[in-house]
Amino acid sequence: MSIPAAPDFHPEPGSTLAFQLRLYVAGQTAKSLGALANLRRICETHLAGQYRIEVIDLTKTPQLAAGDQILAVPTLVRRLPEPIKKIIGDLSNEERVLVGLDIQPVRG
Amino acid sequence: MNRESITNRPTLAKAPTGIEGLDEITRGGLPAGRPTLVCGTAGCGKTMLAMEFLVRGATEFGEPGVFMMFEENAAELTANVRSLGFDLETLAAQNKIVLDYVHIERSEIEETGDYDLEGLFIRLGHAIDSIGAKRVVLDTVEALFAGLPNHAVLRAELRRLFRWLKERGMTAIVTGEKGEGNAISRYGLEEYVADCVIILDQRIEEQISTRRLRVLKYRGTGHGMNEYPFLIGPRGFSVLPITSLQLDHQVSLERVPTGIARLDEMLGGQGVFRGTSVLVSGSAGTGKTSIAAKLIETACRRGERALFFAYEESTAQVVRNMRSIGIDLAPWVTRGLLEIHASRPTLQGLEQHLVMTHDMVRAFGPSVIAIDPISNLTLAQDDTAVKPMLMRLIDFLKKEQITAVFTSLTSRGDAASAAEDSQLGVSSLMDTWLLLRNVEFTGERNRTLFVQKSRGMAHSNQVREFILSDEGIDLVDVYLGGERVLTGSARVAQEAQARAVAALREEDHQRKLRQLGARRKAIEAQIAALQAEAEAEAEEVHLAIAQEVLQQSTLRQSADAMAHRRSPPVGANGLLEKIR
Repeated sequence: MSIPAAPDFHPEPGSTLAFQLRLYVAGQTAKSLGALANLRRICETHLAGQYRIEVIDLTKTPQLAAGDQILAVPTLVRRLPEPIKKIIGDLSNEERVLVGLDIQPVRG
Repeated sequence: MNRESITNRPTLAKAPTGIEGLDEITRGGLPAGRPTLVCGTAGCGKTMLAMEFLVRGATEFGEPGVFMMFEENAAELTANVRSLGFDLETLAAQNKIVLDYVHIERSEIEETGDYDLEGLFIRLGHAIDSIGAKRVVLDTVEALFAGLPNHAVLRAELRRLFRWLKERGMTAIVTGEKGEGNAISRYGLEEYVADCVIILDQRIEEQISTRRLRVLKYRGTGHGMNEYPFLIGPRGFSVLPITSLQLDHQVSLERVPTGIARLDEMLGGQGVFRGTSVLVSGSAGTGKTSIAAKLIETACRRGERALFFAYEESTAQVVRNMRSIGIDLAPWVTRGLLEIHASRPTLQGLEQHLVMTHDMVRAFGPSVIAIDPISNLTLAQDDTAVKPMLMRLIDFLKKEQITAVFTSLTSRGDAASAAEDSQLGVSSLMDTWLLLRNVEFTGERNRTLFVQKSRGMAHSNQVREFILSDEGIDLVDVYLGGERVLTGSARVAQEAQARAVAALREEDHQRKLRQLGARRKAIEAQIAALQAEAEAEAEEVHLAIAQEVLQQSTLRQSADAMAHRRSPPVGANGLLEKIR
């Protein structure tokens, strides 16, 4: 819906905080672990050196669920760059993750 | 499992909602520890019902609750229910209620593989644990169907959610939008919530909308089956379960005077029974309101509370008009014994009106109420709707032992049978029926009153003339002279004429008596005269006899003397005798 100002957010080399990602999971389930593994792989491939991943286990900190309006798990929230975007699912579909995070895939 | 269900059978645990009427219909409340589905069209009060259930649970039954909303946010909801007197902010601060707004924006969400709704469970679980909640409202989870594209996952998760709520022993209300056609809910939520289903409905008839509630299903318990009208009023939800009541109200032997001495006299000498209903019917201007107002005023004089529902006049108008016949209502209003509610009942539906009447009666607690007039309850000449409504109202009033007087305008007061026919619909509900009639005769109109019926007491069969003056209300005997009932001037004239005739007759009698006296005297005088004559005659006879006796004795003496002189010796006498 919202048209992201993608060109403005081409990460400058060395700016490691360009992408702040938060992954909400519920316990150490296969789904959670799979999602985290998928996320790391995609970020390394396309956002090497420009991202930071924060994993929140809602079973340990349930009070954080309301803040980011979390219903489904796993949910990946792109906190930066703005606007905030949400991706639900185990991130197994790389193409949709890239669309959801609004990342230009690295060719090749 | 089996053993448990058997032990549970006699009394299914129920969680009272605290909502007026709903606990009566459900015979105790919603199934405790289970979810209940509340379905209805938009704007029919699902959220209000759910919120009241939660607030009353928290404030009246010591059961804190979680309100999880999917459509409006906490600030909006707080503002919306403030009008019902629910202060969510305070309740939240007291840890009695948790409001959680679950927002889901389809455009912000990208599905990238397998997921579940554990996040929702965790949020709900956290909210429940934070205040030790016993009640949960989900309003309405259907919003998730719009937010989450994968309905297969969603359905599986909802099934799990309701099971999870049951396992945690939460008494829950899940709201849902009414589906198309015969579908109970749009997304088939009834599939998951099988214990209790309540349907809300808003209907428009004759441009007036009425809300109704029905318990479609309540597993394991009996419940009221009908549609019950309800209202969202200033004190929250009210459902009217009146038709589920039975005719088992208490009866009283206590009498309530009407305030009109001669009317009480007609009603077995003491007035109507307490807690009964009185119908006063008549055409325009026959004095219906006056009778109602008098009954009200008399109740206030006894120190009882009274409610007056005026559907035709404003409060000020009622007070002024009644003062003109010597009934002063204003002091009782000031002292708080009397409340006059003036409104146009046709502004609302009958049911809504009924609910409001209930609320007012409950709030004020009167011993006598007047409704003036019931014929104004509906614009249409639709008696079929009025009767059940009145039946409910009368049943309610009887249960509360409130004496009620209803006035009713009849279409044609002077046409005897038409007036009665038009009341057939409601008169059978009434215990006492006073009929007022206009009698037009010799160029003037007068009012008459008679007792058409009065259950359980000896009552007069006489027609009385009903007089309204600035001194008040009075009933006088009509003049039953000649072939017709005379009232008003005709009665006065007839009475005067009768008095004149009586006076004349009296004079005549006196004259006759006087004549008789005179004649008697004359006869007596005659008798005296005759007696005197007789006495006089008797005297004359005696005198004559006495004279004769005297004469004879004188003659004998003179003869003797002569003989003595002529014949000196003895013997000579004899000789001389012979010679003579």
